[in-house]
Amino acid sequence: MTAPVPAGPVARLSDVGLRFGKTRALEAISLDIPAGVMAGLIGPDGVGKSSLLSLIAGARALQDGALMVLGGDMRDAGHRGRVCPRIAFMPQGLGRNLYPTLSVRENVDFFGRLFGHGAEERARRIANLLQATGLAPFADRPAGKLSGGMKQKLGLCCALIHDPDLLILDEPTTGVDPLSRRQFWDLIDRIRAGRPGMSVLVATAYMEEAARFDWLCAMHAGRVLATGAPAQLLAQTGAADLDAAFIALLPEEDRAGHHAVTIPPRIDDTDAIAIEATHLTMRFGDFTAVDDVSFRIEKGEIFGFLGSNGCGKTTTMKMLTGLLAPSEGQAQLFGEDMDARDLNIRRRIGYMSQAFSLYGELSVRQNLVLHARLFGFDPARIGPRVAEMIDRFDLAEVADEFPDGLPLGIRQRLSLAVAMIHAPDILILDEPTSGVDPVARDAFWTILGELSRRDGVTIFVSTHFMNEAERCDRISLMHAGRVLVSDAPAAIMAQAGAATLEEAFIQHLETAIGEVDTAPAPATVLPDAPAKRARKQSFFARAFSPRRLFSYCLREALELKRDPIRGTLATLGTVILMLVVGYGINLDVENLKFAVLDQDQSGISRDYVAQISGSRYFTEEPALTSYQDMDARMRAGEIAMALEIPPNFAADLRRGRDVAVAAWIDGSMPAQAETTQGYVQGLHAWWLTEKMREIYGDAAVAGDFTIATRYRYNPDVQSLPAMVPAMVPLLLMLIPAMLAALSVVREKELGSIVNLYVTPVTRFEFLLGKQLPYIALGMVNFAGLVALAVFVFGVPVSGSLPALTLAALLYVTVSTGMGLLISSFMSSQIAAIFGTALLTLIPSVQYSGMIDPVSSLEGAGAAIGHIFPATYFVTISRGVFSKALELADMRPDFIALAITVPIVLGLGVALLRKQAR
Amino acid sequence: MRLANIWNLGVKELRGLLRDPMLLVLIVYAFTFSIHTAAKAMPETLNKASIAIVDEDRSALSARIADAFYPPYFMPPEIISAAEMDARMDAGLDTFALDIPPDFQRDLLAGDVPQIQLNVDATRMTQAFTGMGYIQQIVNAEVNEYLDRHRSETELNVGLVLRARFNPQLDQMWFGAISNVIMSITMLGIVLTGAALIREREHGTVEHLLVMPVSASEIMISKLWSMGLVVLLASAFSIVVVVEGVLQVPIPGSLALFLFGTVLQLFAVTAMGIWLATMAGSMPQFGLLLVITFLPMQVLSGTLTPRESMPDIIQYIMLAAPNTHFAILAQAVLFRGAGLAVVWPQLLALFGIGAVMFALALRRFRAFLR
Repeated sequence: MTAPVPAGPVARLSDVGLRFGKTRALEAISLDIPAGVMAGLIGPDGVGKSSLLSLIAGARALQDGALMVLGGDMRDAGHRGRVCPRIAFMPQGLGRNLYPTLSVRENVDFFGRLFGHGAEERARRIANLLQATGLAPFADRPAGKLSGGMKQKLGLCCALIHDPDLLILDEPTTGVDPLSRRQFWDLIDRIRAGRPGMSVLVATAYMEEAARFDWLCAMHAGRVLATGAPAQLLAQTGAADLDAAFIALLPEEDRAGHHAVTIPPRIDDTDAIAIEATHLTMRFGDFTAVDDVSFRIEKGEIFGFLGSNGCGKTTTMKMLTGLLAPSEGQAQLFGEDMDARDLNIRRRIGYMSQAFSLYGELSVRQNLVLHARLFGFDPARIGPRVAEMIDRFDLAEVADEFPDGLPLGIRQRLSLAVAMIHAPDILILDEPTSGVDPVARDAFWTILGELSRRDGVTIFVSTHFMNEAERCDRISLMHAGRVLVSDAPAAIMAQAGAATLEEAFIQHLETAIGEVDTAPAPATVLPDAPAKRARKQSFFARAFSPRRLFSYCLREALELKRDPIRGTLATLGTVILMLVVGYGINLDVENLKFAVLDQDQSGISRDYVAQISGSRYFTEEPALTSYQDMDARMRAGEIAMALEIPPNFAADLRRGRDVAVAAWIDGSMPAQAETTQGYVQGLHAWWLTEKMREIYGDAAVAGDFTIATRYRYNPDVQSLPAMVPAMVPLLLMLIPAMLAALSVVREKELGSIVNLYVTPVTRFEFLLGKQLPYIALGMVNFAGLVALAVFVFGVPVSGSLPALTLAALLYVTVSTGMGLLISSFMSSQIAAIFGTALLTLIPSVQYSGMIDPVSSLEGAGAAIGHIFPATYFVTISRGVFSKALELADMRPDFIALAITVPIVLGLGVALLRKQAR
Repeated sequence: MRLANIWNLGVKELRGLLRDPMLLVLIVYAFTFSIHTAAKAMPETLNKASIAIVDEDRSALSARIADAFYPPYFMPPEIISAAEMDARMDAGLDTFALDIPPDFQRDLLAGDVPQIQLNVDATRMTQAFTGMGYIQQIVNAEVNEYLDRHRSETELNVGLVLRARFNPQLDQMWFGAISNVIMSITMLGIVLTGAALIREREHGTVEHLLVMPVSASEIMISKLWSMGLVVLLASAFSIVVVVEGVLQVPIPGSLALFLFGTVLQLFAVTAMGIWLATMAGSMPQFGLLLVITFLPMQVLSGTLTPRESMPDIIQYIMLAAPNTHFAILAQAVLFRGAGLAVVWPQLLALFGIGAVMFALALRRFRAFLR
């Protein structure tokens, strides 16, 4: 417990700059962040707080300037490797680095393994942390089903499992209810009391939270406005609170136009009810999201909704907008039942959803125009209306830019403009201001005030901010699907006898939860003295740790297990495909339809036709009447071959004249035509021999020599023994590759990839760990395929089964590796799916020797065939199934497969980045 | 249902696609390089078949037979020993092994009717069939020429004239190119609509549309027409520029009729994409569903192996897949120059399958949006 408080800053930034494309996120920041204290970065979203934190955590690659963290240069990969076990990073967004399908305990356990703790140590630490954070009773609940506050506590457990010296929290309390927020900070205080040497760096948009930090850095537009203790900042600006201080610190041009929000009191001149909810209940399965909620909102009223994420606010709003049909109860708008199908009701509502951040692919103006069109505006009115909205919401300067590049405050104004384009009577706004800076928030509320008081628009808004809640005419507090209290803000405070609204809410929440403070004594927090920890890991231990690899392996396996549909699709799909395709692909050409144009109509000509129609290869169709008939029927695909017997065939034959039979073959499927030609030639020759035997006797037909043909490996020349062994490689390529293909890109899209960036796990451990469960699943599929081949298709394994199994193991490693490789360099899931289908299906069907041998391919296809691993496994599979071969007989193919394994894995590792760019 | 909404939403889809460069690159690849490579890779009839000769005779005749095998039909033959033959065939190095016995030439001249043994790797069925015929012809011709005489006078003078219609050279490339165009059309039609729908749901933008006066059918149709249009244009480009232009495949049929068929095929597969997306809970599940439905649809459509030789039950099942009809239509129209009078059943079938898919997809889509 006596870790000395390090002298000097925990992080020193000199001229650190960062840009994304053209946007500059950070502008030459130079800053010393003091060690051993609670340091805060304050400022709205989009000013560069998150970028700065991810640079310090090592999650993002440094572009310009120098950055020293914990006494070393963060440009140096070696230093990053050494310090990352000492840094903990909790990224922005509720539970963004957690895995929603894993339970609370499994999530913490995952991080424990990543940091190399043994089983006993993990169990002790997890028990302690869960106890300290009050999560112990929920240890087996999936992380995805936790409330916002609980997710953040779990995130904290995961961050603290390895006793970090530097704890970095990016907006840990955004989207969390006031009670959970308070509990969260209490927890942090206790942890700091237990580990005084630990530095904590927090980004927050809540100024009231920032007031209790030791040191603050106010940021704006990628620059530092001011640093110092909260009291210093207040003194410097002469402001009463940090909100005001921050506004005072802003450059003149950004402050311009800011004035305190004053919403005139509502004149209750109408008692028309705009929204009425009676006993609204929404159940998803056995989970009740909204439980018997009733309220009435009058026309022109601003009605606020407070509560943590997941408490049912959004669900209630969706029921009011008709997006969800309530399980019970009803919602009425202006006295009429809300009917989702009634498009006219939709015209009276403007909705701004939490998730919706406009169409990034459309410019500001295009977004407005699209919505105006969708609301069926007269084309002549669209222009003026859009101009009006651009003017009213002050969007003129950005009218032709794309929303993705705009600051959150402007995007949120645009969202409101979009929601208002059709002049609705009711505005439903789901957390419109979360993450928006105080100036923009005030401007936003000024507009809301105008809309309500001047235009009589009814506004139903949800928020996390207490000062916003105070501006509402009435507010409701929701918790776990129920409304706890609903009244005017002043009345709620008076009733609870609390000085602030926040205080009043916390009281209500505590009563609802039925616990005052179950948190245990601080002594139980983090009992492990840092000194006990092996600080210096050997280079080898940093480069590779089976435990970290296993950690990702276990995580991936658990995820696969929790999504049984995926596993079932993969195994069942393989079996179904094998059955359907195995039976379906048939290379035997049989029952070809043919018709005869017999211009002779003699006994001999009929004899000739009979020997063709009598064979199993051909089926005779009604005779042809003319050349036109032949042409038409062949064009329509009714016949594959037409036989033309010339006039006087029999007579000419008897006279010894040269006669010729013509066979017309449909060449539109060349392979089939080729085989048909062969059959016709064969039958023709056989007929000649027979005729000669009839006429001249056996001696005449004896040849000079004979060719004895031996069909090897597949004596009956059947399709199944040829195709079934080739289906195994095809299916073991497609399904395992597709299974693995989304695993990395999905983490990228959903955000948990940050765990790769900030924990000691190496890229190799990350990829291989993810791969192992898919390899295992692939081998299960392999066993199924072999069983199908032997027991259902009756194609025995004549060679060495162990050799085939070994080859399958190598091959499945390659195919899952290819999926991961594609996943590593694709940026979106769609592109990964399409890319995998394109890059595995075509080569394995066309270039791997399944139908045409690789040696006979041409051009780029031949080149692909030679490097594509399926080629070698097709050879091995056919060798073992049909040719009774052993490993030693197929050494070159095994070597080819074995070489591919490190190449594919290595490429995957090379293409994956250990830091974001 | 309002056309203006369908139009506006569709334009939005197109703008969205334009901003995903990786996907655009893949689309271009699928309709150009991928088709070119596949078409060029297809062996023209028998191509570079690998053959080995065990020459136990070592006579002038056996040398002559060995010399008669040359590219492009055959690879230059490997002269091997009898002992090597099994190992080489086991390793898949040779498709054919011709064993000329000792004293073949002497026995032949003595009229003892010697026997040549031809070993065929019958696991490579396509090459085995055609190659065998060629080998027999070549050996026969060489022996006859060596004996310097024609067949006995007792020969019946019945010739067989073989003519291939529509593709006289039996050029595999034609067929390979078209079957790959069909494959790309189907795959993209499913992926573009289906995966895009799942992504929209994951990002929450679909839901936003529903608070506006827009119906589910309008949203769905806007996706179908916009993504369908992209694939239609890409396939028209592919047929005209890549297949007809670069690959020089003659197309006697009506391109307009083929494109009309493509429209119906796209109607069916894009609706199917939406349907699959509504059934899959997440992108990984969609990926697997895609493989499981697309692979049999493509492999059993009749473009890889002829439909006639599939078991009846499979033939019937595959009638439910749009690809089957589209493949028949494409072959008839593009190669045999068939007109509407011939392919109307396929057009009707495609429309029917499309309508069923659309109805199923719309029903699930409405439920999916709740």
